Amino acid sequence: MNYIFKRLSQSLLTVFVVVSASFGLVRLLPGGPMDYLRAQMIQQGSDLSSAEINRRIAAQTNIAVDEPLYVQYLDYMIAMVQGNFGQSIWYEEPVASIIGPAIPWTVFLTASALFLAFTVGISLGAFMAYKEGSSFDIASTGIGLFLNSTPSYVVALLLIAFLGYRFQLFPTGGRYASELTTGFNIPFLASVAYHGVLPIMSMALVGFGGWALSMRGNSIRVLGEDYLRVARLRGLSTRRIAIRYVARNAILPMYTGLMIAIGTVFGGAVIIENIFAYPGVGFYLIQAINARDYPLMMGGFILITVAMVIGITIADLTYGWLDPRAKGGGSRESY
Amino acid sequence: MNPTDGNDSADSDPVVDAVGRESVEDRQSDTRPRSSITGHDQQGQALTDGGTVSEFEQMADVSMTTAERRRQWFEEKILAPGRIVWDDWRARTGAFIVLVYLLMGTLGPLLVTAPQPNQGPRLIGAFRSLQYPLGTTASGESIFAQIIHATPSMLVMIASGAVFTVVLGTAVGTLAGYKGGRTDSALMTVTDIMMTIPGLPLTIVLAAALQIKGNPAVIGILITVNAWAGLGRAIRSQVLTLRDSEYVEASRIMGIKTPTIITGDIIPNLMPYITMNFVQQARAVIFGSVGLYFLGVLPYNNVNWGVMMNAAVERAGAVSSPLAFHWLLMPMLTIIVLALGLTLLAQGADRIFNPRVRARHAKSIGGGDDDDDGDDEDGDPPTTSTTAPGMSTAGGS
Repeated sequence: MNYIFKRLSQSLLTVFVVVSASFGLVRLLPGGPMDYLRAQMIQQGSDLSSAEINRRIAAQTNIAVDEPLYVQYLDYMIAMVQGNFGQSIWYEEPVASIIGPAIPWTVFLTASALFLAFTVGISLGAFMAYKEGSSFDIASTGIGLFLNSTPSYVVALLLIAFLGYRFQLFPTGGRYASELTTGFNIPFLASVAYHGVLPIMSMALVGFGGWALSMRGNSIRVLGEDYLRVARLRGLSTRRIAIRYVARNAILPMYTGLMIAIGTVFGGAVIIENIFAYPGVGFYLIQAINARDYPLMMGGFILITVAMVIGITIADLTYGWLDPRAKGGGSRESY
Repeated sequence: MNPTDGNDSADSDPVVDAVGRESVEDRQSDTRPRSSITGHDQQGQALTDGGTVSEFEQMADVSMTTAERRRQWFEEKILAPGRIVWDDWRARTGAFIVLVYLLMGTLGPLLVTAPQPNQGPRLIGAFRSLQYPLGTTASGESIFAQIIHATPSMLVMIASGAVFTVVLGTAVGTLAGYKGGRTDSALMTVTDIMMTIPGLPLTIVLAAALQIKGNPAVIGILITVNAWAGLGRAIRSQVLTLRDSEYVEASRIMGIKTPTIITGDIIPNLMPYITMNFVQQARAVIFGSVGLYFLGVLPYNNVNWGVMMNAAVERAGAVSSPLAFHWLLMPMLTIIVLALGLTLLAQGADRIFNPRVRARHAKSIGGGDDDDDGDDEDGDPPTTSTTAPGMSTAGGS
């Protein structure tokens, strides 16, 4: 219980730090976003009074420049807590109503890709470890090494060039066919899956090689352990040994890697979403950068971070259930 | 209380007792000049507790000259790793590929003339002419020359990002893991916060807000701005298993300072892991920087592989038109081959730092018994590189 409390407060602290840092980035940088916004407004309408400019900036960024700095900071933080991330300059809509609906789409892509890569990777890796030294093992290791050395966007570009344009097998962009009605009907869901194939494939293909290689290494190490010999001597079934003894112990060390992978999927999705013109969070983030739409950019970044904090917190809390040894650790003062 | 504190006076010196009073008396009459290496002057030597014993002098007699030391250092640090690399095909291939890229980055720009618009016909395919081996772009620039001239800044970027991550990650991870307690919780809180922030979006936002210029070294650090956190966490968990081992405890009892213990006892044991991560970070910098240059969100000073890909897609529609596809494909191949070389090198690096493999090779230098060891390598399971605990080569992007 104490552990859960500590973990949750840590997550809240992370969000707090990120939001504060975003305030610092927008407000305090000389020549930064604030100066840019002001310069742009002066350029657009020179007849605007200074107070009017300040009012517009405040509406867009939640920062009222004529107040004292700590009041600006407090107002900004309160607005964020209320879910007010400012007003997008480019789309002229609240940031939350642009980014919010995009989050599930990004999570759909990244979670499916990570799940596919992880399950295929560890099954393949375990199988390679059992067949260690065979030609299957050598061939898979080679393929794994090669895929592990390929960035996901390269795969995406190749897939879109060949399967998308040359052979016209899959759509080259978008989330679903535009003529369909959204909702839980079969044509719509099929269209979503169909449009998701290429983006998910490009992320999963490069991921599974790495998982397979580390699973293979870990399994080979576990296969040499004494407790496994004991398990065999006890006459346990091969299935039980493979799942309860080998797989479980081989997967645990990959947990840190899984956490980091959850962290990088949003980053990976930024590039993939732009290649496939898939309106997820990363797509809007890049749109915002290109249009110098700072409220949308910062709001998008904060929302991506919050989504990730939630994801990692859930993963972290379930880990104690997976590995009872995980709690505590090196918390005592030693030297 | 240090147990050796009570032995200051020569009367109760346990070493003297062990060796025997007579042999110590004999030494008094020995007027041979002392070797300067022991650090004892000729008169005072009888009063110091350790230096009087003959075993210590023997050490001084066989001490090496500077030249010998230098030679041994060279053999240990250069020759032995070199042999190990040569023995393993993965390390050999990886080292070869990385060497080719280093040459491309250093000699390449001197040998190949810089790319210029309209230096050749537009959009020649790859491998069609000797003058433009990899074809030309839509503005008639040689793709081969572009790739070569992009290499130096890419290498600077890769090196700065990887060094930044590894140094910071190792410092934070070892300090937190070794010290424990408050230091640990403070450092890990910061680490966990940094780890949770998504890397590439953070880079994008910082690049947009900070208005940085296209200096490749700065971009390299920006790409890996929070990658040290993951490495620091992983290293901390490795240090936790090391900090209670006997030799670390021995150093602690001897009163050696924490920084010395960390650099002398802890970090050498983590070197395989750190090297592996250095190479993986290098790969991550390539992937991240090229990806972001491809999206066109990073500033740049001159052409690079990501900018080439961006130009191919934006200006010639290389994704949909087969005519310009080589323009996109060549930089992509350049990245894949370099990343593959780095991956193979990471796998081989494990063997360089593996004490068992290393000892075998170092021995062969002194003893000249190369023949015995030469073929042993094949007996090793070819899996050492991936078996280190907690080591994951996976990553999303």
